[in-house]
Amino acid sequence: MRLTGSEIIMECLLREGVHVMFGYPGGAILPTYDAMAKYDDRLHHVLVRHEQGASHMADGYARATGEVGVCIATSGPGATNLVTGLATAMMDSSPIVAITGQVPIPAIGSDAFQETDVTGVTLPITKHNYLVTDVDDLAYTMKEAFHIARTGRPGPVLVDVPKDVQNAVTEFIYPEGPIFLPGYDPPAAADTYQIDAALRLIDQAERPIILAGHGIIMSGAMQEVRELAERAQIPVALTLLGKGALPEDHPLVIGMMGMHGEASSNLAIQEADLLIALGMRFDDRVTGNLKTYAVNARKIHIDIDRSEINKNVRADVGIAGDLKTVLKQLLPKLERKSHPDWIHQIRDWLEDSSERDILNYETPGRLLTAQVINDIWRLTGGDAITVTDVGQHQMLEAQYYPHQRPSTLLTSGGLGTMGFGFPAAIGAKFGVPDEEIWAIVGDGGFQMTLCELATARQENVNVNIAIINNHFLGMVRQWQELFFEKRYQATPMVNPDFCKLADAYGIPNRRVTQRDEIEAAVAYARGIDGPTLIEFVVEKEEMVYPMVPAGADLHDMKRRPKPGES
Amino acid sequence: MTQQAIANKVTVVALVENEPGVLNRVASLFRRRAFNIDSLTVGRTHKPDVSRMTIRVDAGSEYARKIANNLQKLVNVIDVRVIDNEPHIERDLALIKVRSDDAHSRNTLTEICDRYPARIVDVGPHVAIIEMVGTEVFVEKFIDEVRPIGIVEMIRTGVVSMGRGTRIHDTSVTRRDLARAIVQASSARNGRKS
Repeated sequence: MRLTGSEIIMECLLREGVHVMFGYPGGAILPTYDAMAKYDDRLHHVLVRHEQGASHMADGYARATGEVGVCIATSGPGATNLVTGLATAMMDSSPIVAITGQVPIPAIGSDAFQETDVTGVTLPITKHNYLVTDVDDLAYTMKEAFHIARTGRPGPVLVDVPKDVQNAVTEFIYPEGPIFLPGYDPPAAADTYQIDAALRLIDQAERPIILAGHGIIMSGAMQEVRELAERAQIPVALTLLGKGALPEDHPLVIGMMGMHGEASSNLAIQEADLLIALGMRFDDRVTGNLKTYAVNARKIHIDIDRSEINKNVRADVGIAGDLKTVLKQLLPKLERKSHPDWIHQIRDWLEDSSERDILNYETPGRLLTAQVINDIWRLTGGDAITVTDVGQHQMLEAQYYPHQRPSTLLTSGGLGTMGFGFPAAIGAKFGVPDEEIWAIVGDGGFQMTLCELATARQENVNVNIAIINNHFLGMVRQWQELFFEKRYQATPMVNPDFCKLADAYGIPNRRVTQRDEIEAAVAYARGIDGPTLIEFVVEKEEMVYPMVPAGADLHDMKRRPKPGES
Repeated sequence: MTQQAIANKVTVVALVENEPGVLNRVASLFRRRAFNIDSLTVGRTHKPDVSRMTIRVDAGSEYARKIANNLQKLVNVIDVRVIDNEPHIERDLALIKVRSDDAHSRNTLTEICDRYPARIVDVGPHVAIIEMVGTEVFVEKFIDEVRPIGIVEMIRTGVVSMGRGTRIHDTSVTRRDLARAIVQASSARNGRKS
């Protein structure tokens, strides 16, 4: 079968199981857009309003489904606009393939119109990238790109295709069978001696704790982690991206860890004598000051990325491997254990936390973010997929929307990308159309990518947008209040009328200013098959507690005073 | 540089695909992870698709292993090894241009070169070029001896290393071989079908 490069791209996408791609046309990618027409019935193209939206949508799709998300853009500015989304996906190990047009090969290096060295630009923020210079290389390059994106520690892969390669014609042979990349060999299983060493530490531990990360979800090791926790009676603290790895109402799950984690989790980590870190990478937002981090604990660290072991925290037993495979090796030899005193101690800390819970305060006449998020949780039965932006609302979502299933909280953890939430929610909806999706975003972040309201309207995407509007860049304001003597430099925001804005895009909307209006507004949004926007006008100067200041010791938390203490 | 400082150095050897941009990927990795390296040499091997990098690191072997783990993540890096305590041969080559405009300096130079694996490869009325090959320590020592005569220009290749005996660091297959094999197999299958 003789095909053009453009048609080969489409054929490869189909063979990789792609149904939808998010993109924006332009000169250097036009041949590929032209070829799309023939494949329209099998490959749906979503026209975004800015290429950053395309990369976030591909990312949201990937996080919701576990499959590779695809975005597509033209050369130069089209490709550079993808960059933030690629970096976001890289930091959170999200599998996406980005296809970019490039100027024709003879023009490369001549500063041609809309030419950018995009493989150079994206080199540090992709797992791998390609510049295809021969149409005969295109098919196996596409296959490799998908393979690299989805296997091992997943990540974004970019394929840059010059216009003349898209136009060139060749015999299309899709490389069947396994891929051979001699330099690419993600680790899988552990050695027996490593398993035995880990078991010995677990057996000796009196105050063990599991640190459950994103890798559990990516590896599909939820059941294995649960078995480990239950059989050895080990409490489980979650990272932000690990939320949903175990149901949050499980009695052994003690909540999120880190800068805005539960005090009980942070205290337990500092008091523990064994950390079992599963598919997480000891990010500085999780550890605080490394010098005082879990000093009494020995550490077992299991991660698929060999370079993560001993990067930030020294592991007594470091295992580079696929979590599910490694735990399957370990579980048959694991003895039953119990740690009643330890669990009792953690319960005491949890009790103290609930006394400080803002939801237990009398707050007449005020609307708080925690109330909004907790009400959305209650009214959706806790079963919606929430996609957040970055900042106070993100941390409060993590605290007040318990997740029972994996891949139901989609959020930019590593890069902390404002503007991620709304487009990622659109992408997620294409991946899991039967799920209820809420984009919970701040007034700041939403305005970074709100142009995608037009995309949501054009495609009639059933996403509910909850704007938490405090007229501030709230998290920055919180830091200014705590560390810069309330000098609110460049954080107050004069916002548009979000409801009128939604009207302009033809999107049904409501504004909520009182707590007793939340229920009706949420019901309204859930009743409409298409995009809706609810603006929640909340308290201007809220604080997210607990808070471990950046670089402080993990146990050195700023806590919300108990009622009456103020 | 003291011999102690050199003894502290560790060598990382990487087999990489001989493709455009691979050196850029490696250099970019070192920069973004803030790895401090002492020298980096790249050269071809007996296989046209494979190049070999020797990276000298001015830090302990734990640091070298960190670098190796990160290098291994690059798709174009086929294999990485840290040469730490294992017996190995290492060579550094220096071209040194020195003043030789009087009989005394010329005699001193000849005398020093006799005691080292060094050769005078070019002599002019004012300067001479010496080629010195040896271990890094030995080259350093040689340079220290020549320095008083007056070095006017110098270039070093950086260290290359190879394990002794049957410790063979090689790759049996390369990606291009495999890609070709896959395409041929696919064509053969397609051919049978039609």
